[in-house]
Amino acid sequence: MTSYIVRRLFAVVPVMVVVALFVFFLLRFAPGDPAAIIAGDDATSEAIAAVRAKLGLDRPVVEQFAVWVWGLAHGDLGVSIFSNLAVTRLIAQRLEPTLALTLSTLIVTIALAIPIGVVAAWKARKLVDRLAMGFAVLGFAMPVFVLAYVLIYFFAVRWQLLPVQGYSPVAEGLWPFAQSLILPSVALGVTYMALIARITRASMLEVLQQDYIRTANAKGLATDRVLLLHALKNAAVPIVTVIGIGIALLISGVVITETVFNIPGLGRLTVDAVLKRDYPIVQGLILVFAAVKVVINLLIDISYAFLDPRIRY
Amino acid sequence: MVRVLAALIALLLPLSASAQEKVLRAVMHADVRVIDPVWTTQTIANIHGALVYDTLFGNDADQKPQPQMVGKYEVSPDRLNYSFTLRDGLKFHDGSPVTTRDVIASLKRWGAKDGVGQRLMGYVTEMKAVDDKTFTMTLKEPYGMVLESLGKSGSSIAAIMREKDAMTDPQQQVKESVGSGPFIFAKDQWVPGSKAVYLKNKDYVPRSEPPSSFAGAKIPGVDRIELIWMPDPQTAMSALVNGEIDFWENPNIDFLPMLEKAKGVKLLKTGKVDSTQGMIRLNHLQPPFDNIKARQAMYYLVNQEDFLRAIVGDPKYYRVCHGMLTCGGPYENDGGSQYFKEYNPKKALQLLKEAGYKGEPITVLAATDHNTITPATQVLIQAMREAGINVDVQSMDWGSVVTRRAKKEPPAQGGWNIFVTTTGGVGSSNPVLHTWIGAACQKGLFGWPCDEEIEKLRNAFGMASDEPTRKKIARDLQARAMEQVVYIPFGQWDVPLSYRADRISGIVPNTGLAVLWGITKK
Repeated sequence: MTSYIVRRLFAVVPVMVVVALFVFFLLRFAPGDPAAIIAGDDATSEAIAAVRAKLGLDRPVVEQFAVWVWGLAHGDLGVSIFSNLAVTRLIAQRLEPTLALTLSTLIVTIALAIPIGVVAAWKARKLVDRLAMGFAVLGFAMPVFVLAYVLIYFFAVRWQLLPVQGYSPVAEGLWPFAQSLILPSVALGVTYMALIARITRASMLEVLQQDYIRTANAKGLATDRVLLLHALKNAAVPIVTVIGIGIALLISGVVITETVFNIPGLGRLTVDAVLKRDYPIVQGLILVFAAVKVVINLLIDISYAFLDPRIRY
Repeated sequence: MVRVLAALIALLLPLSASAQEKVLRAVMHADVRVIDPVWTTQTIANIHGALVYDTLFGNDADQKPQPQMVGKYEVSPDRLNYSFTLRDGLKFHDGSPVTTRDVIASLKRWGAKDGVGQRLMGYVTEMKAVDDKTFTMTLKEPYGMVLESLGKSGSSIAAIMREKDAMTDPQQQVKESVGSGPFIFAKDQWVPGSKAVYLKNKDYVPRSEPPSSFAGAKIPGVDRIELIWMPDPQTAMSALVNGEIDFWENPNIDFLPMLEKAKGVKLLKTGKVDSTQGMIRLNHLQPPFDNIKARQAMYYLVNQEDFLRAIVGDPKYYRVCHGMLTCGGPYENDGGSQYFKEYNPKKALQLLKEAGYKGEPITVLAATDHNTITPATQVLIQAMREAGINVDVQSMDWGSVVTRRAKKEPPAQGGWNIFVTTTGGVGSSNPVLHTWIGAACQKGLFGWPCDEEIEKLRNAFGMASDEPTRKKIARDLQARAMEQVVYIPFGQWDVPLSYRADRISGIVPNTGLAVLWGITKK
């Protein structure tokens, strides 16, 4: 196992190199010029050219790439073209809200989706199952932003139970922190919940047909023990895989959720940087997201070995 | 047990250290990403600048320059020599006094970067410090816009910085934003793209005159201002209705009926000059619009009502204006308005053909993500199609339009023929400050109109010493600019400011730039 993990970690290097190359050149060849945006509406072509020269954006692309890679090799992701602040500082500023939102969504989702899926499989083709799967279809079909606006309208504007927007750091109190995450987590989590519930149901249905489940039932084991200890554990591999895929979905989902709920997280930072053509920030963020994705894939692969003893690396 | 309970309650409740602090939470039209108001012409950077920095002069509600940092000033009878003395009590936020060394360095940097500053510095032969508080400015010609230039709002204000900051290359952004204005920029709390925080400058000594726009006393009305950036207007509206924010600078026009009905929310019209003017800019370097006849043909495709209805809808927020100098402003006139005779697509095509147009594609840069420019561009495209013009629509985000419009090459090589944009009514109410009316050829703004007469008239306006002369020149200038089709105006609109009237007061309209320092909170 250890040698497998080491090998996988070494494999991260070429992946990150390809990502770095791809994102750098994709951005440079995409239309848009940060110098023109900085200079503003009333700037002349000469003024824009002067800003471009000072930012080094008029240098050959290969030279710009070399400068960036040299910085990366020294742990420097560069500075924002607009704010002049280090990209690492900007990412660090935005990390807490995104982590809080992602983790709270993940916890709420898993805590609800897996039981829903298990119950739906247990009561397959009965009313509970149909209701659960109806919810899953609806949850999967409803765009995040639509649900977000509906939640805001009822829970924030109409009933004034929760704030419309914003993020309150945990250091400012647990209740304000929780309040600021409830609606965004629900809005973000419903799609994800629907996905996991459906996969859990499908996986459980397959396992529940197995002989050893029939044997367990025949032995008179309690239903909860059969479902949770015998069935769910053996149905876990596809569920864990989907949870891993779902984390990638969450990362893309936070972009919309953070925008609608005005949460200053990494998703908002990404969109703003792309729209402003703030190249160093976009490059830094894509590298971070790629690294997160690689690590999650690794963790999922490792978890297989623990969930299914037949899997060996 | 009691201690454990107390600790739990403390964890659950929000920290109340700043409970007594009066905080103005304002959602602006953009996020504060750049902290140097001279380096960029972005309006939001100037809103930041107006809070943090002070200026020598400030325009009052009638757009007349009044002394701000200057205590007294003298002008020689030949209007070639100016002497300015700084008023007492001016201090930067780091505690150092404001001296004439700081002022001269700041004006030199601003004069090297800003268009209006460059024009002023073109007349200045010398700026000399007499002592720490008095400096002189000597001109080679009696330029009449000295005080107006020093007090300009809108884009790139003449912000007075510390000498060490002002020595920064004008093409580079200053690293610190330390001014002497009524609010201190809290850089450690700045989250670019989300929030910029300003703390009351307790050492600020305001003028004794009553506040009037950028002139008079700047009395900080709250302890802390948070400029919040909300990219989603729907969220901003809900936040205002819910009382989570106090002020929303530019509510979407679609939301105005809902805001009018919202409890505690008030809409305030921004004033007759503080409006937005729509402009259709043609590329004078490329055919067919290198031909004046083709440019004039485009007037027949513009029925301003069509554009304004698409952008604004409600007539109480827009007005038809057949001039380039802001309607409602001091230099509003009818020069050149005869070009808006009628909407006649057939006539437009006929004139274009007479100008040599043979059906080549005309490239229109169509922004897809701008709440006013996008619908205006669509109206124009439809009118062009109705005329039978071969329209090559290049759809892109506004950031890409801003990039592509700077290209002088032919459309087939990445250039363009037409783009639509807007400009602020305060700047465009004055022929010198209205940079889009200029026709300085390749050195001018995108579209590069080229006309010696227009530039002569703008200079003459700057030299004029009395209002009747200025008004006459303004009319001649507008008539000439309309004839040359420097751009085609498609009307004016003014989106009201929206705010919680049950919580804040002291909103100042008609400024061209949000004046936030005087807003007080109950």
